[in-house]
Amino acid sequence: MSDPGDNGDAPEIAEDVMAGFRRTPRGVSARFTSGQAGILRNLVAQVADLVGGPGAAEAPPAGPGEAAGGDLPPDIAAILGSYAPAAPPEDPVLARLLPDAYGDDPEAAGEFRRYTEQGLRSGKVAAARTVLATLPSDGGRVRLSAGDAEAWLRSLNDVRLALGVVLGITEDYERAFGELDPEDPRQAYLHVYDFLTFLQETLVRALR
Amino acid sequence: MSVAPAEVERPEAYEHVVPDTPWVTIVWNDPVNLMSYVTYVFQKVFGYAKPRAEKLMLDVHHKGKAVVSSGTRESMERDAEVLHGYGLWATVSHDR
Repeated sequence: MSDPGDNGDAPEIAEDVMAGFRRTPRGVSARFTSGQAGILRNLVAQVADLVGGPGAAEAPPAGPGEAAGGDLPPDIAAILGSYAPAAPPEDPVLARLLPDAYGDDPEAAGEFRRYTEQGLRSGKVAAARTVLATLPSDGGRVRLSAGDAEAWLRSLNDVRLALGVVLGITEDYERAFGELDPEDPRQAYLHVYDFLTFLQETLVRALR
Repeated sequence: MSVAPAEVERPEAYEHVVPDTPWVTIVWNDPVNLMSYVTYVFQKVFGYAKPRAEKLMLDVHHKGKAVVSSGTRESMERDAEVLHGYGLWATVSHDR
């Protein structure tokens, strides 16, 4: 796990320093520059596309005349057709966002996945949509209800998990990446990752 | 959130039946999830008081994993499903 602590300076991103979320009498609130809003919206939308994309709502596998179809009503055919074990996603980001619930039992993991994965995917897409609906693309003041703040927390976490996989974030990544060439393209994403960490940390604190 | 089941009067025949070994939900450490967020999730999902949620979070952090709830297999799967919704890495296993 990671703990940015109290001393962490707000990361500089997109030409401005971010103050993070604060609790106000009318809900938690933060101010975004248009650059910050653009980056966040872009990443949130990418994760939503990935999670809601192919595999999110697969058609029942039974085709006409096939074993599981026959004369059964379509809904029952879909249930029978779904008896094949569901495999974990091959994409490493998706595999982290939709993890196996049984570490050493692929059959039980597949069974669990078959009953929960669609709901998990749609919950993540819904959280992402809440962020996109409450964060103006040109930035400005964002004020969140308790429900919206919860969606923001989940969505920020999903984006950080996704970036964590892509960047290879480890417990001591700050030390490891400290030796990175300033020209390395991962530098820019690390700044974004730190920005999202700061944003999520201030949001959790504002909700307590 | 988990709710304590209501007391039900059980038929006498079941009195001496050994209950199933409980199942557990385990949360695993990962380098991305924030300590503050994991504590928040444990409070929110299980209704644990902050000290208990924080202790569990620290167990996950220092020992690599922690049992966060126990009970029937069905309720553990529900817990894992909710925790996955929050992005925590949770698994279900039989407590042997």
